[in-house]
Formats: sequence, structure tokens, C-alpha cells
Amino acid sequence: MSGRRSTSERLEQLRTRVIIERDGTSSSDFPFHNSSRYPDLDPIAEFRKKLKVKIIRKAQYDMEFDLIGVNTAIANALRRIMISEVPTMAIEKVYIYDNTSIIQDEVFAHRLGLIPIKADPDMFYFKQENEGPTDMNTIVFKISHECHYNAKARDDETNPKNLYVGHNLLSASLIWDPKGEQAERFADNPIQSVHDDILIAQMRPGQRVELEAHCEKGIGKEHAKWSPVATASYRLMPEIILKEEITGDLADKFAACFTKGVVEVVQEEVNGEMIKKAKVVNPRIDTVSREVLRHKEFEDKVQLTRIRDHFIFTVESTGILDSERIFIDSIHIIQSKCARLLLALENKLRPPDKDENMMSVDT
Amino acid sequence: MGKKTVTFADDKTSENVEKSYEQAKRTTATEKRITDPIKNVEDKWQLLPAFLKVKGLVKQHIDSFNYFIETELKKIIRANDMITSDVDPSFWLKYLDIKVGPPERPDNDHEAHQSVFTPHECRLRDLTYSGNIYVDVEYVRGKTRVIRKDTIIGKLPIMLRSSKCVLSGKSESELAKMFECPLDPGGYFIIKGTEKVILIQEQLSKNRIIVEGDKKGLVQAYVTSSTHERKSKTYIVAKNDAKNDKIMLKHNSISEEIPIVIVMKAMGIQSDKEIAQLISGGNQTFLNMFSPNIEHAAKIKIFTQKQALDYIGSKVKVTRKIANVRRPMAEEALEILATVVLAHVPVVDLNFQPKVIYIAIMIRRVLMALANENLVDDRDYVGNKRLELAGSLLSLLFEDLFKKFNFDLKLNIDKLLKKPNRASEFDAHKQLMQHGDCITNGFVRAIATGNWSLKRFKMERAGITHVLSRLSYISALGTMTRITSQYEKTRKISGPRALQPSQWGMLCPADTPEGEACGLVKNLALMTHITTDDEEEPLRRLAFNLGVEDVSSLTGSELYQPNSYMVFLNGLMLGITQQPTGFVKDFRSLRRCGRISEFVSIYVNHHHMAVHIASDGGRVCRPLIIVESQIPKVTSEHIKKLKQDQMKFTDFLAQGLVEYLDVNEENDSNIAIYEREIVPQTTHLEIEPFTILGAVAGLIPYPHHNQSPRNTYQCAMGKQAIGAIAYNQLRRIDTLLYLMVYPQQPMVKTKTIELVGYDRLPAGQNAIVAVMSYSGYDIEDALVLNKASVDRGFGRCQVMRKHVALMKRYSNGSFDRIGDPPVATELQTGPSAERFSILEKDGIAGVGERVSPGQVIVNRHTPTNLNANIPINMPIANAPTIQFTWKHAPLSYKSPEPGYIDKVCITTTEQEQTLIKVLIRQTRIPELGDKFSSRHGQKGVCGIIVPQEDMPFADTGICPDIIMNPHGFPSRMTVGKMIELLAGKAGVLKGELQYGTAFGGSKVEDMSKILIECGYNYSGKDYVTSGITGEPLSAYIFFGPVYYQKLKHMVVDKMHARARGPRAVLTRQPTEGRSRDGGLRLGEMERDCLVGYGASMLLMERLMISSDQFDVHVCEKCGLLGYRGWCQHCKSSKFMVTMQMPYAAKLLFQELQSMNIVPKLILEEF
Repeated sequence: MSGRRSTSERLEQLRTRVIIERDGTSSSDFPFHNSSRYPDLDPIAEFRKKLKVKIIRKAQYDMEFDLIGVNTAIANALRRIMISEVPTMAIEKVYIYDNTSIIQDEVFAHRLGLIPIKADPDMFYFKQENEGPTDMNTIVFKISHECHYNAKARDDETNPKNLYVGHNLLSASLIWDPKGEQAERFADNPIQSVHDDILIAQMRPGQRVELEAHCEKGIGKEHAKWSPVATASYRLMPEIILKEEITGDLADKFAACFTKGVVEVVQEEVNGEMIKKAKVVNPRIDTVSREVLRHKEFEDKVQLTRIRDHFIFTVESTGILDSERIFIDSIHIIQSKCARLLLALENKLRPPDKDENMMSVDT
Repeated sequence: MGKKTVTFADDKTSENVEKSYEQAKRTTATEKRITDPIKNVEDKWQLLPAFLKVKGLVKQHIDSFNYFIETELKKIIRANDMITSDVDPSFWLKYLDIKVGPPERPDNDHEAHQSVFTPHECRLRDLTYSGNIYVDVEYVRGKTRVIRKDTIIGKLPIMLRSSKCVLSGKSESELAKMFECPLDPGGYFIIKGTEKVILIQEQLSKNRIIVEGDKKGLVQAYVTSSTHERKSKTYIVAKNDAKNDKIMLKHNSISEEIPIVIVMKAMGIQSDKEIAQLISGGNQTFLNMFSPNIEHAAKIKIFTQKQALDYIGSKVKVTRKIANVRRPMAEEALEILATVVLAHVPVVDLNFQPKVIYIAIMIRRVLMALANENLVDDRDYVGNKRLELAGSLLSLLFEDLFKKFNFDLKLNIDKLLKKPNRASEFDAHKQLMQHGDCITNGFVRAIATGNWSLKRFKMERAGITHVLSRLSYISALGTMTRITSQYEKTRKISGPRALQPSQWGMLCPADTPEGEACGLVKNLALMTHITTDDEEEPLRRLAFNLGVEDVSSLTGSELYQPNSYMVFLNGLMLGITQQPTGFVKDFRSLRRCGRISEFVSIYVNHHHMAVHIASDGGRVCRPLIIVESQIPKVTSEHIKKLKQDQMKFTDFLAQGLVEYLDVNEENDSNIAIYEREIVPQTTHLEIEPFTILGAVAGLIPYPHHNQSPRNTYQCAMGKQAIGAIAYNQLRRIDTLLYLMVYPQQPMVKTKTIELVGYDRLPAGQNAIVAVMSYSGYDIEDALVLNKASVDRGFGRCQVMRKHVALMKRYSNGSFDRIGDPPVATELQTGPSAERFSILEKDGIAGVGERVSPGQVIVNRHTPTNLNANIPINMPIANAPTIQFTWKHAPLSYKSPEPGYIDKVCITTTEQEQTLIKVLIRQTRIPELGDKFSSRHGQKGVCGIIVPQEDMPFADTGICPDIIMNPHGFPSRMTVGKMIELLAGKAGVLKGELQYGTAFGGSKVEDMSKILIECGYNYSGKDYVTSGITGEPLSAYIFFGPVYYQKLKHMVVDKMHARARGPRAVLTRQPTEGRSRDGGLRLGEMERDCLVGYGASMLLMERLMISSDQFDVHVCEKCGLLGYRGWCQHCKSSKFMVTMQMPYAAKLLFQELQSMNIVPKLILEEF
């Protein structure tokens, strides 16, 4: 890149990139500050053309994908919805018949609530406040657990693992008690906790737990236990711009300033001499530690930026829903929100003689 | 004798000292080169845990108590062992021995109890943890001598973990069986179920000369003498002005000041020359200064001992009882001089020689101070202080109680012996058994109330004991190491409050409360030990063997020879030596090989030309590594052995590698902090510099980077942090217990944390903190909490409160009972049925039930008639026939927040009354207004709880638990917190704990390196995206884990408002305070605002209408208050009008009337 750039180039960079400087970013967190130069929102056709979703990594409960060509607000809305508005099932009410463990009832209930329950939330309704539990809004689990001495243990045994039977109360002890038609409806994938090795309480002989736990449908906004994700977040695509070539031993030092694999040092023949040269290979995996900006020798040779409309999303599911399902659900939710907003706007814009409840839209 | 600096021969030595110091400084600079290799002893801090195993922290309490039980008790018995009778001269009783048994259950006759009596049982049953005091006695019965063994004379509260306690020497699993926490330090008592600590008391040292001067030129030397028989204070006063330059002796038992020469003459030194010799020792300056005194004695014509005694005798305060025959005044004076004045200097067979020399030394010290102002002593110097521990306080108390016991016993015996004919043979043993309660109750009362009032020793002290605070583990440790001083808290003196340089290593520089007790209440440092008394006699012999010339063979001139040093043992002069350094060296080497106790200290005071040996109790000391010829004696080899458990701390002492130094000897040593600082003059090496801090200040990571008051604030707040209290916390039933649901050990620990066990009983959580401004709800130190973190259990805590119902028995044979829960059909439904709904069949609320405000926990009934007298001697068989009637007196739940029944304990007290304790638990989730603090004195309340999606997040998707406003940093200068964050972050990324130990710890540079390696910015600042807009923030945010404590101040306990409610009976004004549902006061200053503004109607409303408005009937004619339109004064209703006034005003008028003052109301139309 040449040293001098035109103003429009600089403005374009400001618009499309976040410039990472030593002491701060070029960003202002005031919304749409930079997008004020947009010629309004892109026409839908152009938007379609620009929009890209690339799945980079996909495991069942963990995925990384790129969302390219959308406005920050939309990407952020998706992130927020994934965290707080995608519904799941979680234990909400616990009826304790007997609990002689050292975990107090409230704490016990709280711990149970945080256990992810593998149940498709779409198969259930939200339980309304005035509603009793039915097989369509509640899943019932039971725990009946007691700790004993292990009769087979040696006399000098000190390891609780061998000394006692059932000294760890694990989430596997949550036994689903199908109600109504639930047994048929979930015949293919019976309801259970996602992990069966979550420690709920440690027990000692003579201690007993007997309880009934009711799962209800809810969203993360209400309580974090309903959040389907451990976290969902995005980062912007890093971009490393070399303004000058970095050669020789400096190249090694330069490469060391980035995450391994971002910058490679290649041998290049210049005027018949082999010269080491730094080459940006994979900026995507860079953590943008800004280490390079600390060093005087790279001043003015490198510019770190991040692409404003290239979002690298990471969705880490708690295991209740597949990670892609969470993303798709979030899109559905944003769609319905938009639809509701449009309807409301429409109602608002309609001549006032039609007196109707404007917000009478239900999903 | 105006103020002047005199140079005299003796002063040369001090010049020499200074010169040698200068020399030393120079050699330091030259001989030590940077290139010299530093011989580092690796891991020498390992000595610290080894030390803490045997001494330190709480061990001094236990040591002192053990010393009391094993040694001091016997000494007291020996001093008061004979009881004789005034009636029967052939009777005597002699105590042979005393011992204390293991703690015993008071109601041990119940056969059901076969188990050991544990401290935890005492806590639960409100008992006293005490053991019997057994004595062996020999006495006369009839004509024979009888020896009786193991007679109980009373009970002594036993200190936990002392040698008599069942917990001593028990393993962790044995402790667990007794429901005792292995981390609990012990060192406290359990009195009627409450844990009581006898605080360490700070005092000026006894039996030492202290010279003080004031601005007016008054110089005085005084000694507080303290022996088992007597305590007194003797002054020798001199005024440094032209008019009055005489030296006088001042004492409480003499009504006026006595010229010192007369005192000396009265003690048998009649020749003026001899007196002059004793004081000046041939030094002309001193002689000149002192001569006016000798002249004065001659002027008032006192030359002989007889004259002097008569003179003093006429001034002695008569304290003798009338019964005694009045003795000649001279004899009176002689006795006072021998036994009361300077009581600790023994006068055997009226040989006043030692006392005269002692007085001469005092005079000389006064003269020296007059000549050189710098030679006055510093009262605040820690070397001049003694710390009194539980053992010595208890021994004082026991001495008093035992004497009283003997006195009562003697009276009783006399009374019985007086009886002319006795049915059975007189046996003193029976009498001995009868008086047990006197000693038992004396101990219990003193420890329970903290009032030590011993008339025999003129001791009247309150607040000696404190309840062991169990708010957190650290607060319990804090009370155990606390030191209080006897200074008045109200006085505005800065001296005793200031940080003393001699405090170094002995007392914690950071841990002191703010406010009125600031600097007066201190805490022990980590490695401090407090000595107990040690035998003097062997030391005396040793000193003489090492070449000390005995005082009794010395004259005045020999005393002050230029090269001779006086040798003192515990403040008493032994003699002189010519080779002080050699003597001290020999003495020390004997101590290092263990021939004498390691706690004996010896040091040279060159200003006073004296060698002081101290073996008395209460000196603070600490261990140091001995350095000889620039080589520390402890090597890496030793430490290796220590790690392998082949060596113990005592071995280090025994082998002379480490020794204890007290403050005075420390002052005589050259102590290097690090190996690299060792110079030829170095005598000792610090074990670890962080030991200058105490246990509480030791929790702070990087305290050496903080502004010092911040560390002090944290010391106060660490004690309020909610966390784990002890391993037996769920077994305890305390009045108030705060527990954290998920406590974590800090990411950034210190060595101290590991040593005291804070990592096993933590009080806080590692919160991910973003230092940024957010939302405006974070001003003034408020914190922003993440809702998801709160949902997942961050800052969750439990509050357990005890509710007690005691089933009393009354004198008329009636008693409280627990009623059945009312049958549902009998009660009308609604609130009253609701009240009893949680009761089980036994009339006590069931465990696990939710308790709402007002519900009954224990359905107690009390008899309606407590006075009806039932004949005492009525046969028990008839008892059921008596019909009692009962009324409800239920124990109900008062707190406005619902709770859950956690535990119910049904037991009996010592008096066989049923005791029901109900523990009610509340689980609290952090909410707006709850107080949090980091470990750097940075407290703040929760200002807002923000949903996770609104929180900013880093590239990795992490969003903070807490957002802290950066304005907290510039003015507070808590750099330590920033380093903690950095080290914590590095630790998290690397998967290991980091250390923030004072004067050491993980280095910032290393931490930054780890951050860079892990792909983070070196500064700990991250690129963060706003959760609200989704745009990156323009600044990088300082982001990482910081250990946060939840403090016990929570809004639910504080919030309060009322519209209407209860009123006080007398004034009819609203009650005061939250606990009484009181009103919010419009105070004087608020009133002033309204007056200034002119809002008179508002004033009227606030001060009268909303408060205590009252309609009064006033007679316009006489101006007095009437009643119902009738004036009793005028006997008419003609002029009556009604008006409103505050009830308090009406009350005032009536009260004035009752004092014969008539307030008249003159009414006008308004």
C-alpha cells in the first residue's frame, strides 16, 4: 500500500473497518455513528448479495460461523436473542419430601435448576401464571437417593469412593417421570439431563434425598438457567495490513507478535539473495493482542484493523439444543419480532376510525 | 541549672558508639561489592509453617494458659499454703499440691453420658467448658494429721486446645468426630455457651526505671513495682529550672514529696560523702548538679538516720487500721521505706544497700536526662511494653479468689471450732468441699462480663474479654491476635497511637481499627511470640559465674568506673562487669546451645552503661536466623531436611541456627532483611519480610503496592466478609451466622493465606471484573453486577439466626410447657390458623418448613399464676393433683423476610431446664444495595444488576461478573488491585494460582509475559464490544479476575420506612429505630432548613400533626390546662377553649407544675 492515501480512502476505511490503535479503537460505541454515511439501508437485493453465512466449525454443541455483510445491530440482536430469548426447559419447581444431605433445600433447588435438561422446548407450551401443570407445559423428574456403607469395603479403606455406595448424587439420578402422553411423544428421545455426571451433592451414609422436580419452559431473560448457550458471542474479522515489507530478523520478531500461524516467515529471493519476509497468512485466528503495536520498529509499518461487517460468531450450547438450532431459532424469533413490529406500525398508520387493539398479535 | 548540654567523661562512650556506627556505615559501602555472589537460602520461608506449628498466632494464648495451669497455680498455692485457726491453735490446714482435671460435664451423674465432654457440646447446650481444680491437703483432725488427695475446690474454665483440653494433640479425623474444626485456632474459653477471648493487654513494663521529661523541664524517673504482695509506683522528680532544682521522692503512701537526700539518710547512708559518691561516682558535673540537695538536707538540719526517719514518718499517710497500736513515726517510716517504696527491691533484715543503690541509679538517670534531653525514655517504645495474656490475668484472678476462699474457709472453721460441743468430730475437709462455688462463679463471672475487679491488687478493669467474633474465619483469627491498651480512648494524644519503628516484625503495621481506638488496638504480626516468666535464680548464678561482681561488695566509686557496665536482671541490679561485650557474647552463646531458656534476652545499653538481662513474661519476641561471619547459619541443606520432616523448628533453635530476639535485643542487633544485604556487622537475617504483617493484613495481595490506609481499611473489612467460618459451621447454632454458598479460594494468594488456612475457609469469590464506566449506576463506587452471574450463584449467601425458648421452672413448682399445636377445627381459618401451620405434633416447628413473619416456632405455654405458693414440703406424689392454668407465650418469628427452619436443638441446661434452640435460615441473592469489596479497601454497593446480553463482552465471549468504575483508582492509589487483576488473569490463562505475597509475589513482568504468550495484551486491557450496541468500545478495558468479598451489610437488614406505626408511651411521639418500626426523624438541621425557607405549615405538619398532636382544653382566664371543657382551677367552664399542641409540650407543662412552676398559656386569635 502506498504511504499516502486519499481522504475518501481513509473515510472508506473508517466506515468499513475498526482501526486498532495502541491506545484505543477508532470505534465509537454510539450506535450508527459510522453508518450515518450509508446511503440509507441497502436495498434488499444488494443486502442479499452481500449477506453470506459460512460455517467454519461445527460440532454438536459448539460451532463457529461467519456472518458477513450485515449491520452490527442485526448481528448483535441475534447474539442477544441467543443468550436470552431462545426458550428451553429447565427445572423451576422442586418439591422436596426429604433432604438430609448437607446441601440446604434452597441451594439444592438452585443447583437442580442449573442442570441442562435435554428436552425439545418446541414440544411444550409456556406455563402461564394461572395455569396448573399439564403434560404440555411441565416435565416431572424424581430423585430418590440414599447413601449406604459399602459392605464389601475393606476395614482400613479411607477412599469414600470405595467406602460408600452412592456418595455422589449425580444428575443421572434425575429420573424422568412421564406424565400423560409424554411417554409416547418422547418415545424416540426420552427426556433426561444432558450430562449424567453433574455433581449435585455429596452424601454420607444415612443421608437421603427424595424430591420431585418440575421443568418448565422459559427464556434466559427470566433466569440464566433457561439460556440455551454457555455463551454466544462474536468478534470482528481481524485484518493485518503491512504498509511496508518486513524482512530479515525483524520478520521473525514480527511473526512472534501474533498468534501462531497468523504470520509466516517466508524465504524470498530478492536480487539473488534469500531474504526472510513476513507474510500474513491467516489473520482470522489472530487474537488481536496488539503486541505488535508495542514495538517501535513496527511503527508505521503495520496497521491492525477489523472488518466491521464480518462477524465471527461462536455459539457454545449448553447441550440442550444443537448449536445451529439455537442460531436458527434466534432468527425465527427476530423474524417474528419484526413481523410484530410491522403489524404494530401498520396498525398505527391506519386511519384512526378503526379502533382496534394494536398489539393484538400473538405468536 | 538552666538547660545546658554538659560534656562529661561518660559521654565519650556514646560518642564512640556513634563513631563506630559511622565506621560501620563506611565499611558497608566499601566491602560489599555488587559482584559478590549472594548466598541465598532457598525457601527459607518454609521455616514459617514450621514455626507456626509450635508457636505464633494463637499459640501464645495457649502457652500462657498452660504455664498458668502447670506452674503459676502451684506458685500461688505455695505462697498461700497455710490456714490456721484463731480459736484452736493446734489446728492447721496445709495445701500440698494443686492440679486441674480434664473438662467435665456438670451433670455427669447421668449414666447415659459415657462420651467425652466436648467443647461443641458446651456451645450447643450453653454450658461452661471447665475442669475441676483438685488440691491435696494435709490437716489436723482431732489429734491426727490427715492427708486428703484430690479434693475439688472449684472449677476452672479450660482454654480450648490447651494441655487440659480434650482437643489437644488430636488428629483431624478425631477432631471431626468431636465436631471440631481442625482449622479453629483455639485459645478461647466457652462460658455458658458463648466463646470468650481474653484479649492481650498492653502495659508499660513493671519493675523498670522509666525516665520522662516534659516541656516545662520537669524530669522524673519512675518505677511501677509489682510483686506478688504489693503493687506501687515510686517517682523521683527533678525540676530543671533555677528556682526549684531539688530532687524529690514521690510516693502514694507519703503525703508530700521528700527530698531525696533525706530518703537516703533514712535508709542508713548518713555520710554526705557516701551519698555524693553513690550518685556522682567522682564525676564533677553530676556532683555539681546534685550538691544543692545535700546542702538542703543540712539546711533543714537533718543529719542522722533517726532525724530522717522522723521527718519522713511525719509525712506518712496513716492507712493503718485503728485496731493496731500506733507505733512511733520513725518505725512507720522505716517499714514504708522497706516494703512499700520500690517494693520490688528486696530488703532483707533491714539491709537497705540494694535499695539505696537502686535509688542512686534512678537519681543518676534523672541527672543524665537533665543534662541531655535525649536521654529520656520513650514510653511508646515496644521494648518498654509488656503484653499480658490470658494466663497472667487468670493467675491474678485465681490468686484473689483463692485468698478469698481461704479467708471464708478460715472464718467458717473458726465458727465451727467455737461451738463448745460438736456432734461429730470436726473435719475441715467437709468445709473445703462446701466453698467450691466461690471460685467457680468468680471465674465464670469475670470471663463472661470481662470485668476484672480485684480489690486486693487495686485492679479494676472492664472489657478484658470479648466474644469471639465468628462472622468469618478471619474475624475469629483477628480477635485472637488483638491487643488492647489501657490508654483512655478519648484522650487526644498521638504518641501511643503512632506507628512505632520498634513495632517492626512484632505488631502488624496495617491492622488497626479506624476511629477512636485507632492505633490503640493493635494486632500481632505473624511470627510474634510472647514470653512467659522464667526462673531468675539460675540466671543470677550464671551471671556471677560469667564474671559479674556482686553489687553488695561495691562502693559508689566502683559503680561508675569508666569501663564498668552495670548488669541488671529483670530490672534489678546484679553487679558490674568490665567486659560487657564478652559477657553478652558468652551469655548469648550459652542461650544458643540451649543451656538457658531461648526466651531470655540480653542486650547492652551503652547510654546507660548497662547490660540488661530479661526473663520476665509478656515480652514480645520473634525468631531470626543467626548470621555469623556473614554466613547465615540456616542453609539450603537444613531447609531440605525441614521439608522432609527430618527437622522441626525446635531443632533449629536447639542447634543454634535460629534464635528469638525481643525488641530490646533486636535493637542491639544488626538484622539484614535479605541475604544480599549481609555486611560484616550483620548478626541476624530475617526469615521472611512479609511476616511483619499480621494474619489479617496477610490476606491482601501486593499490599506493598497499595497506599497504606487502604490496607488498614481492608483489615477492617476482611473481618466483615461472608464466607466459610469453620468446617463445623453447619453444626453450629450461633445467634447470627453468615455463610457464603459457593466460596472460592483466591486466584491470587499469599503465603500467609496458605499458612492461616484462608484457602480452605475462604470468604469471597473470584469475579471477572471489567474496569470501565457503565450506565451511570456506578457512580460513587457502586458496582454493576451481571444478572446471569447472580443467577448462577455469584455472591449468594445464607444468614442463620438462632431463636431460643427456655422452658423455665418457677419457685412455686410450676413450669413452662410446650403446647400441642391447636387443632385445626378449633381455630377459625385465616391468619390465626396460618400462625400455627408449621408446628409439628410436638409443638415445635418442623425442620425444612418455610417460616413467614409472625408464625409460631415454639408453642410455649407459661403458667398464669407464678406466685401461688405450693407448700414446699408437699410430697412429690401429690404434685400431679395441683392444677395449673396456662397461657400462650409462643416464640414467634419476627423478621420481615421469610426463612426456613434449618435445625432444631432440644437439650437441657445445667439447671435441668429444657432449652430449645431453633435455627432459621435465609438464603440471600445479591440485590441492589448489597455491599461488596475487593481485598484493597475498595468497597462499593451494587448499583444495578444488568442482564448478561447487555454486558460488554471480550473477543473470547467472556463477559464480566462485575463492572467497576475506574474513578475508584486515581485517588485511592490501590495499585495492588491492578496487579492482582493482572496476576489473576495470567493465573487463569496458565491454569495455576499466583502469589501476591507482600514484598514478593509473582512479578508483573512475568505476568505480562504469560498474557502475551496466551494471545492477550501485555497490559491486561482487552478489546471489548458493547453488549447494547454491538459496536466495539473505543477504549481497551482492563479486564480480569479480582477476588471480591461480600460484606455482611445487606439492604434487607437495613431498609426501613413507615407511614404510621407504634408510638412511645410517655411522649406519644413515633418510636425510634428500625427495630421498633420507628419513624424517620426530621432532625434539627432539617428543621433549620425549613425555618430558613419559611415553610411554617410544613413545619407544623412534620413536628406536630404527624407526630404527637393532642387536643388540650385551656382556660383563657387562668392560662392553665383544663379537662373536658372544665377548668379545675377556676371551677368554671366559662373561658375554656380547645387547641392543639404537641403531647410532649402538654407533658412538659404538667411536669413543670409538679415542680411548683406554673406555665401559663396566654392565647391569641390566630
